[in-house]
Amino acid sequence: MVALDLDRQTLFDWLLRLGDNALILGHRTSEWCGHGPALEEDIALANTALDLIGHCQMWYTLAAEVEGKGRTADNLAYLRDAIQFKNVKLVELPNGDIGQTMMREFLFNAFHFELLTALTGSTDPKVSEIAAKAVKEVAYQLDRASDLVVRLGDGTEESHRRMQAALDYLWPYVGEMFLADATDDALAEAGIAPRLTDIQTKWEAIVSDTLDEATLTRPDRRPDVHTGGKQGRHTEHLGYILAEMQFLQRAYPGAEW
Amino acid sequence: MSKKEWPLWEVFIRGQHGLNHRHVGSLHAPDAEMAINHARDVYTRRKEGVSIWVVPSAQITASSPSEKGALFDPAESKVYRHPTFYDIPDEVGHM
Repeated sequence: MVALDLDRQTLFDWLLRLGDNALILGHRTSEWCGHGPALEEDIALANTALDLIGHCQMWYTLAAEVEGKGRTADNLAYLRDAIQFKNVKLVELPNGDIGQTMMREFLFNAFHFELLTALTGSTDPKVSEIAAKAVKEVAYQLDRASDLVVRLGDGTEESHRRMQAALDYLWPYVGEMFLADATDDALAEAGIAPRLTDIQTKWEAIVSDTLDEATLTRPDRRPDVHTGGKQGRHTEHLGYILAEMQFLQRAYPGAEW
Repeated sequence: MSKKEWPLWEVFIRGQHGLNHRHVGSLHAPDAEMAINHARDVYTRRKEGVSIWVVPSAQITASSPSEKGALFDPAESKVYRHPTFYDIPDEVGHM
């Protein structure tokens, strides 16, 4: 059962963060469909996108239930505006080249994997059930992404240069994942979610091992420059994602297959 | 500069209820580890498998179609090689 001192709105907001991260990264990843560098990579990226969109469906369904205002998972995905989205800015950034895409997948997956692993032990059984289902897919995504980061980082001169550039570009966005606000603190108090500082320690270990193996240099600058996504302050990129993703439901409200 | 193609691999999957790995198709990958990952993504999306083998296509030696006659025709008229001429005692039951 959800702890009594945790109000619905706080739990709802936190569930939206999980769902929004999955939906927005899923949508970004799906943009590769038909454009992958090789047929096999194209299919792998499409699988990843579908996994993530599956996760967002589970989180939104639970969020809608917690909110108790009769909204559905589809309402949450298609009928909210950018300021109501609570994903971290990292996941809404454009894909760039395949190196930048895989570097982002890796940096986010390492966080996502550790977070979901911790959530399998959540005091809220509905949260732990969703986490247990999602973590298996994310474990594979992390394996695949770290493998490619190592191969490309420790690959040719050009692939190394591109991976280092991707890491340097994404680095100022990674800190937001670990920046706890009142919502994160309340969830940790209630035992529903882990402390983000614990997740950060585990993330650091994965990232430093992988970057070493990939012969990439950890950027010597602050990782928490671009923040605020979790509170609804986004880059200009999110609006374009939503315009494309929500167009049909906005133009033809209630349209179904 | 010509684009370097990844080598071809043959993929074998052991299904949920099968004992043997069966050939399901082929794919491109730079090495065995990535071939396994690709096979997982390309051929087991609908829960087809519990185990994957990958083999470099170049490592497979195939019989030549032009030798078909010499290889296979001689077996044609040798019905006695099939175990169909034995009476199975009733006690043995269904085999």
